[in-house]
Amino acid sequence: MTYIALATGFLLILIGFYGALTNRNLLRMIVAFTIANSGINVVIIAIGYMHGRTAPILDATVSAADALTRVIDPVPQVLVLTAIVIGVGVAALMLVFAYKLYERKGTLDISKFAELKW
Amino acid sequence: MIKRFLALSLLVGIGAIFVALMMSYEPDASLNLTARYYAENTASETGSANIVTAILVTYRGLDTLGEVTVLFLASSIIGLVLSLGNKQNTTLRKLVPVGELLTTGKSYLAPIIMLLGVYVFVNGHLTPGGGFQGGAIIASGMLLLLLSDPLKHFSHALISLVESLSGFVYVSLGVLGIVLAGSFLDNRILPLGDFGDLISAGAIPLIYSLIGLKVGAEFSSMLANLSEMEDLQ
Repeated sequence: MTYIALATGFLLILIGFYGALTNRNLLRMIVAFTIANSGINVVIIAIGYMHGRTAPILDATVSAADALTRVIDPVPQVLVLTAIVIGVGVAALMLVFAYKLYERKGTLDISKFAELKW
Repeated sequence: MIKRFLALSLLVGIGAIFVALMMSYEPDASLNLTARYYAENTASETGSANIVTAILVTYRGLDTLGEVTVLFLASSIIGLVLSLGNKQNTTLRKLVPVGELLTTGKSYLAPIIMLLGVYVFVNGHLTPGGGFQGGAIIASGMLLLLLSDPLKHFSHALISLVESLSGFVYVSLGVLGIVLAGSFLDNRILPLGDFGDLISAGAIPLIYSLIGLKVGAEFSSMLANLSEMEDLQ
């Protein structure tokens, strides 16, 4: 189970990188980056998973006393919760920059933006 | 073509690293030192049933404050960048009518979505969920309102009032933690209550609700800015 999730996450990262490297359209590159971002989140969550254990929430079935043997590692989940929210902010920023670039040049093709190219 | 080849060879290299990582990966059999501390002491120290929430709001509360600040910065930069150079006259383009289904559905669904968002962040210390998720749900309700009426203008003054007020109270509660309890953002400024009750875990529900409001306001201001930039096209 852990390996399936890990492989899915790594595959998503690779798909995202492939999309970001080969696409010329800014919007497609942004979508590719968000896919890679999701892949990284899946990998972190998969690392925190432990076989046969449950979510780190204490209730009637998982009492505080046996939390040590019943719950999975909560730290990667906290990290990913943070990363998802920051990911939304970064995606929104990228979209705004793409819009501004489109406004200036009338195109979303990255090869038309050659000011920093040498 | 050479670019595509370079990109593919880079991907093959990264893929090889990933495969090596996966081959050498062995799942932990027991919790590591940090996770062990959290699993053992969260219930008695913070009174929060959701360990993730306890870490996010109390143990690593300062990082969460930083994260909310990053989000605030992102939303203000979006507003700033969009307002720069938007001098062209506002010639509104013809909008496609949104349709009966969306306008009727919106008036029933939007309040329920907002209510769900509030439920999610108020119960953040008991159930999976919390401020960030609840805030995102509230913003999705805002998105529904914007989809059904693309020319709708949310009050930016109200959004920034909610945003700055919740941020201010959040930091004040943190400082209160230094004065009344052990440290910054300590949740024990309020009684811990009975484990598993809605009003328990000290200041965690309060702080997480404020985070929910703040995140919801930040996402809403992003959405409002993005939709208003569309009006200008």
